[in-house]
Amino acid sequence: MGISNIIFLIVFAIAISFFIRNLKRIIENIKLGRNINRSDRATDRWKNMLRVAIGQSKMTRRPIAGILHIILYLGFIIINIEVIEILVDGIFGTHRFLASILPLKLYNFLIGSFEILAILVLVACIIFLVRRNIVRIKRFWSKEMTAWPRTDANLILVFEILLMSAFLIMNAADSLLIAAGAEHYTTSFSTPISQYFQFFFSGLETSTLVLIERFTWWFHIIGILGFMNYVLISKHLHIFFAFPSTYFANLNPLGQFTNLESVTNEVKLMMDPNADPYASPPTTAPVAESFGAKDATDLNWVQLLNAYSCTECGRCTDNCPANHTGKLLSPRKIMMDTRDRITEIAVNKRKGKEDTKSLLGDYITTEELWACTSCNACTDACPIELDPLSIIMDMRRYLVMEQSAAPTELNMMFTNVENNGAPWQFPAADRLNWKDE
Amino acid sequence: MNELQVKTMAEFMADGKSADVLFWVGSAGSFDDRAKKITRAFVQILNKANVNFGVLGSEESSSGDAAKRAGNEFLFQMQAMINIEIMNGYNVKRIVTTCPHSFNTLKNEYKGLGGDYKVQHHTEFITELLAEGKLKLTGKLKGTKVTYHDPCYLGRANNIYDMPRELIKSLGVELVEMKRSKRKSFCCGAGGAQMFKEPENGAQDININRTEEALALKPDIIATGCPFCNTMMTDGVKAVNEGAAQVKDIAELIAENL
Repeated sequence: MGISNIIFLIVFAIAISFFIRNLKRIIENIKLGRNINRSDRATDRWKNMLRVAIGQSKMTRRPIAGILHIILYLGFIIINIEVIEILVDGIFGTHRFLASILPLKLYNFLIGSFEILAILVLVACIIFLVRRNIVRIKRFWSKEMTAWPRTDANLILVFEILLMSAFLIMNAADSLLIAAGAEHYTTSFSTPISQYFQFFFSGLETSTLVLIERFTWWFHIIGILGFMNYVLISKHLHIFFAFPSTYFANLNPLGQFTNLESVTNEVKLMMDPNADPYASPPTTAPVAESFGAKDATDLNWVQLLNAYSCTECGRCTDNCPANHTGKLLSPRKIMMDTRDRITEIAVNKRKGKEDTKSLLGDYITTEELWACTSCNACTDACPIELDPLSIIMDMRRYLVMEQSAAPTELNMMFTNVENNGAPWQFPAADRLNWKDE
Repeated sequence: MNELQVKTMAEFMADGKSADVLFWVGSAGSFDDRAKKITRAFVQILNKANVNFGVLGSEESSSGDAAKRAGNEFLFQMQAMINIEIMNGYNVKRIVTTCPHSFNTLKNEYKGLGGDYKVQHHTEFITELLAEGKLKLTGKLKGTKVTYHDPCYLGRANNIYDMPRELIKSLGVELVEMKRSKRKSFCCGAGGAQMFKEPENGAQDININRTEEALALKPDIIATGCPFCNTMMTDGVKAVNEGAAQVKDIAELIAENL
């Protein structure tokens, strides 16, 4: 084991421990949410995850972005097999370890497919950058897409372009070294793409080629480790969280909203003729939660997991009728605000800092909430079945049931329903008038 | 107007009989002048097919959909429990309604509160009647151009896209689709209790946006299956190009062609 192997191990250990620490923190943040039971229907949940997250079934509804995304997704998963080799080589000082244990044909097939995917990923990322920055597709430039979300998206794409280039340059340099009969470089492999990169480096000294090969090797692995850690502070977390988010997704018809259990108990008590209105509540009763959500911690953990899973693609907002007609509401902003707020709460908690803000008011305004038509265009459009509508509804519940702060017309509607069982001021006795009109 | 045969569940009970199906009229269908015509049209269909149905009449109360979506879960559950108590009292097993909002709430949300019924939207119910040969349609509308606006609470909320379309096609009309249709359908702007309030400030009202899309196809009729969509699209046509197209419920189209 040489010095470079020790350096590699140290870098690797640091990257992994940072990653684990920060991932744990995010999971702790998610656990700040209220409880909700999503452990039922395990088979359906696995199927949903297989279909939507692994199978990308909702991505291709927008064919261009969908197909490019599938290339990126496949590239990401398959090229990461290469990481296994890099890790073994890095730790034990071997060179192209997989070639020593796999049949040559298979190894060539693998490296060949990695190279083809790498160039496809590279091209896809360039097209994505063009779409975002030159074509300027509207959903990437709406109001909530401020400087950081836009930079975040571009950084990820540039990162991936650099990683893929490093991989291809590494292979090009390696195969040139083999051709030159350089020491250590004896494992030949197929180079369907990188052979076209050799042109740039032909005629270079062996020592320079070794330098290029080693630099790109280190760049590739450090890049991947860095990227892995960057993902945790970026919108790109969906590469991990799309899976639990689709597993724990709402499997009921989109129109079915939850019935608040705490309300059911109270309504049943009100309607029970035998209930004693003066009875003191049982001492074992759990601490009453507020109705609905004022802050991110009033949301359930699936909603918070959703918030961290959102990659800000904006399909929800693009399909939102309120947003489309110039209202303030943007379902994507609801998700982003929820994520930013729960992170802020958690950071303040860890630092012991006082926190006087709340999701409602400081992040999301009532004007946004009241603009929603509950049409489910957002939830249907989301490629990983996130549910901004449930957050909007929970916040409306807080406004109405805790603050009595509905718009005046809605209060009138409530009064009518309470008094005469219809949203309009007509008596129940007239319900059958249509029969003779 | 021809005489409608309508019996309340209370009358059924007084006669010692029971109805096969409860027609849930809904608040809009009971009180809104435009929606009442849809109610009457659907009853004409039920009468024609000799369906043994009852209504709750003055015993029906708001389903609570609007209250729930406006955030008033208390009021919703109060309404739900009142309605469930009445319907269970009549031993209701099967419900049909002309309102997708009632349909969704009764079908999906009453279940957890003690009300478990087979609930159908009227387009599902009419489809069954046609399949059973209980209705014969005339081809009077042949040559008319119809576009269909998906109600959110029928479409995305409950995945019913094809049945209303098949019904429309069974009239022998030309069905033209808007670009935003089926799961990509654009809301009329009334859902989520918006029906009962002014819209928030914006560049345009949602129903105008949708009506413009529909009218661009130059249809004779904009068909829909929801009393709220009907109101929004009717208002939309008035604002965009009055008289350019008629807004009709599928029940009305069927009833006019029996």
